[in-house]
Amino acid sequence: MPDPAIKAAGVVKWFGEGEARTEALRGVNIEAYFGEMLYVVGPSGSGKTTLLSVISGILRPDSGTVSVEGSEIWKLGSDKLADFRLHKIGFVFQDFHLFPRLSTAENVAIPLILRRMAWSAAIAEAVKYLDVVGLKNRADLPPVKLSGGEQQRVAIARAIVGQPDILIMDEPTASLDGDTGHAIVGFVKQNILNDKRCILIVTHDDRISEFATRILKMADGVLTETAKGGPA
Amino acid sequence: MIGILKLAYKLLVNDRAKFTALLVGITFAVFLIIQMTAMFAGTMKRASATVINLGASIWIMDPAVQTVAQTIGMPDYVLDAARSMQGVSYAVPVYNGGALVKLADGAYQYVTVIGLDDTSLFGRPALIQGKIEDIYGENAFIVVKDPEFTKLGNPHVGTEFQVNDHRGVIVGIAKVASSGLFGVPTLYTTYERALQYLPNPRFTISYVLVEPKSPADVIRIKQQAEALGYLALTKDEFSDRITNFYIYQTGMGTNLLIMTVMSFIVGLSISGQTFYTFVLENLEKFGALKAIGAKSRELVFMILFQASFTALTGYGLGIGLCVLLITLARLRLPDYAALVTYWNLALAFVMVVIIAGISSYFGVRKVLRIEPFDIFRG
Repeated sequence: MPDPAIKAAGVVKWFGEGEARTEALRGVNIEAYFGEMLYVVGPSGSGKTTLLSVISGILRPDSGTVSVEGSEIWKLGSDKLADFRLHKIGFVFQDFHLFPRLSTAENVAIPLILRRMAWSAAIAEAVKYLDVVGLKNRADLPPVKLSGGEQQRVAIARAIVGQPDILIMDEPTASLDGDTGHAIVGFVKQNILNDKRCILIVTHDDRISEFATRILKMADGVLTETAKGGPA
Repeated sequence: MIGILKLAYKLLVNDRAKFTALLVGITFAVFLIIQMTAMFAGTMKRASATVINLGASIWIMDPAVQTVAQTIGMPDYVLDAARSMQGVSYAVPVYNGGALVKLADGAYQYVTVIGLDDTSLFGRPALIQGKIEDIYGENAFIVVKDPEFTKLGNPHVGTEFQVNDHRGVIVGIAKVASSGLFGVPTLYTTYERALQYLPNPRFTISYVLVEPKSPADVIRIKQQAEALGYLALTKDEFSDRITNFYIYQTGMGTNLLIMTVMSFIVGLSISGQTFYTFVLENLEKFGALKAIGAKSRELVFMILFQASFTALTGYGLGIGLCVLLITLARLRLPDYAALVTYWNLALAFVMVVIIAGISSYFGVRKVLRIEPFDIFRG
């Protein structure tokens, strides 16, 4: 068994205090491996997004450990944690969160710019990744001129431009019609997933389940069963 | 960091509506602040015109004098005493008064008459026509070619007029560093002729102009003048005294303060609100940047850069607009009293820095509080 890319053990996270206290994660254990496209599915409010946030280093758990490539991320200081996210994680947000005032290429180049790469070099690299997602000819357009599917592709290009080991996708098909969503996730599996990368997808879209390596079901803050593939 | 600042620049400038609103707010505020203070500075310079033009190092006067035009005659012994003071290189009298001139066409015009010491002509203006020694000629006057010059019917060398039924003749046309505050032409003549032509009280010396032997003698001269019951001021102190009079005794200072504060509030309101709205609209994007891996201090730099860039651009535009307005005004009103000084610019700069600081403070607070998790949660 290879070392896991991500290993979370006994992760607990609650929100609120006293009567209003809600446990979003109740001792979650999960392992994800390189070359794997792992889905976390479940109803709204089951804790999927919270789990993704804890694993990706943007929401501190109340207890438990999260290791990425063998390093426990929640022992890092805030700057180191930001660096960890910048270099190890690629995010595809549900609403894309593209900057409407920047060109498509500039949007894609953001992670490289944050890594202090020179502006022109970052743009040139971004255009290469736009080519990967089939949008090279849209490099100079603002995202608002693109369709929803194209915007999703831009978001994917932005997520992978820094060649992160882990790609986190939050409801990647939520803003897209069925065919486009299917095509996008298929594209990701075929072109973005490789044996040095692990992709975690939070979704409740059954139509894309065929692309998953494993599917974990979540309910009330607990990973309840494995719907496809091996154990959590 | 240059790339991150360029990112901040593009986010700011590409939102043209917001950026324009920000610039308009700051430009307008800077324009108002500089215009108000420039008019004040210009007026104050005019108020001290005689002090500037005569150029004496020390002025001895009656302690009740508040402005150079408000003269109180001093007896002749003050001049003698000044000349015998320790540390005095030389001392001369000067007459400063007003007179009604009857022009050749029969019109009357009020003028300022400055009577220079007959012997030395200390404080004489630079002539652009005529010879200074002609001032000793019969009925001779030198006219200053300033914006008020035309009120004497554009006189030339040889032009005649009447002062108190005395014949006067222009023997020279002079230029001076600053024209006066009250919009009247200025004539120079000798001290003795001024006394002959103009009605005078018992004491006739307006000021005793003193040159110290060395800068170290200034304090000693001031002490000796005080012992005599008079006041000795350096030219800078005299100018300050005049300025203080207008600020504190005429309400001009209060008006200036009110206008400056109003300009500041207008600028702060427009720019602060617009910038805050700009940050709010981009808050999710800043959160996304945070999630991607931007550090909090980098986001703070971005906001500070955006605020600073807007502030400095608005500052430059405000100065440009003010200079343009003053230039246009002077095409129509050559005597328009507005003077942009380093002090004006510094005050406006401080105001702009405060506006940018306050505007960005609230934006920074918002951005620091945004949690990347909120972006995920949607």
